[in-house]
Amino acid sequence: MPGAISPALAQAAGAATAPLDVSLRINGTEHRLSLDPRTTLLDALREHLHLTGSKKGCGLGQCGACTVLMDGMRVKSCLSLAALAQGREIKTIEGLAQGDELHPLQTAFIERDAFQCGYCTSGQIMAGVACINEGHAGSPQEIREWMSGNLCRCGAYDHIVAAIQDAAAVSSSTQGG
Amino acid sequence: MHPFILERPSDLSAVLALRAQAGRNDAPVEYIAGGTDMVQLLQEYVRRPDRLVSLAGVLDDDIEIGPQGLRLGAAATMAEVAAHQGVVEQFPLISQALLNSASPQVRNQATMGGNLLQRTRCPYFRDVGYEACNKRAPGSGCAAVDGENRWHAVLGTSDDCIAVHPSDLAVALVALDASVELRGTGGDRSVPLSDLHRLPRDTPHLETVLEPCEVITAITVPATTAGLRSHYLKVRDRASFEFAVVSAAVAIETDGARILQARVALGGVGTKPWRLPNVETALAGADLEPAVLRQAAALAAEGTRGRGHNDFKIELMQRAIVRAVEIAGARA
Repeated sequence: MPGAISPALAQAAGAATAPLDVSLRINGTEHRLSLDPRTTLLDALREHLHLTGSKKGCGLGQCGACTVLMDGMRVKSCLSLAALAQGREIKTIEGLAQGDELHPLQTAFIERDAFQCGYCTSGQIMAGVACINEGHAGSPQEIREWMSGNLCRCGAYDHIVAAIQDAAAVSSSTQGG
Repeated sequence: MHPFILERPSDLSAVLALRAQAGRNDAPVEYIAGGTDMVQLLQEYVRRPDRLVSLAGVLDDDIEIGPQGLRLGAAATMAEVAAHQGVVEQFPLISQALLNSASPQVRNQATMGGNLLQRTRCPYFRDVGYEACNKRAPGSGCAAVDGENRWHAVLGTSDDCIAVHPSDLAVALVALDASVELRGTGGDRSVPLSDLHRLPRDTPHLETVLEPCEVITAITVPATTAGLRSHYLKVRDRASFEFAVVSAAVAIETDGARILQARVALGGVGTKPWRLPNVETALAGADLEPAVLRQAAALAAEGTRGRGHNDFKIELMQRAIVRAVEIAGARA
């Protein structure tokens, strides 16, 4: 087999930036994009689809501001290449509310004043929604452990934990238990 | 990121054909699976492949427990394995090590194979602003030996590299005699996990025994290690989402207050996941008494070499072993 792709490799320098056709399903809508292969899912959301709710903090998976749900599970969109997210169901903060009706965790963040500058908030909320859905919001201690992938430089952690507890209580009462 | 062609082959033979062109680490052709480490390294220009080959949908993510033991498909995520009921019940050390790793988001993305092959967190390796790093640029020197080396290894080091292998999972697996299944253009083979990673010696850029075209397809753990009393103790600078300063993976079989057999491995202190056969031998037949445990754990210091800032790890790792054995012994 060696040799089979040598000509292609030789052309790599020129071909590498050739755009890829990528189809992304975001908040229930299919988007067809032409992207540089290096484009992360986060950059595709922000720069190509103008969904700027997901924030770019560190770009290295450390801060969690870019958290979105992929097939229902929370991931860091800055660590995902957009082309490899094709075929996955992606939900961002823009797709969380039902029309004008906020998600219970969005309401809880407002009521608990769970932010100051707000930069980490959409990531905190997306991670918090997953934390509740996973069943990891049973106590403040459990919430802190399972929200450790989201940093808040304003230090609003106590209010964030309280908001997640509130929303978890709403979630369990609406599910009858 | 350096420009690359992204390949998305549909089966493993196509993957291997693409990679057959490549060298070892930092080659012109590299694999990407979950991407949680690879994308960081691409973003920081630490890795600059011309061609990136996606393993998505090519490797299986099955988690199976049978008479032979546990088999983890290489594409299984950290979150899937950590939460798997059979793993939790029969191989809790693996689940614990995973839940003490990374963040929930990263655990949803990162795979078994990728976790074992993640690169060191040595800041001099990760920052291309430093010229000296024998791992990144062979022959350029090691900035850590005389630099900020609080995080670095005290076991298995050389004057050319003192970088720590960062995986928690690998520490638990090496304690449980796990193996990795590999597939290459030459066929399949199985390698004990303890032999997968190389010591740095004078070639720290060669990190594993993987052949250029080989891919990890699965991890296997023998059934003989199922059901042991175990504990994964991780000492770190913050309570969550942090790499280990020192970690101890311990699995023991006991008869009352006496240890019949022990398995001990350390993380955060070795250039590879570090098994401690001398400590295990000393623990076999020993009573679960602090002074006895302390004496056995002291054998972990054999062959250590501190470099200044990391000297404290030599004492800390002994204490971590004692604590982990005590906690494992106290489990019902």
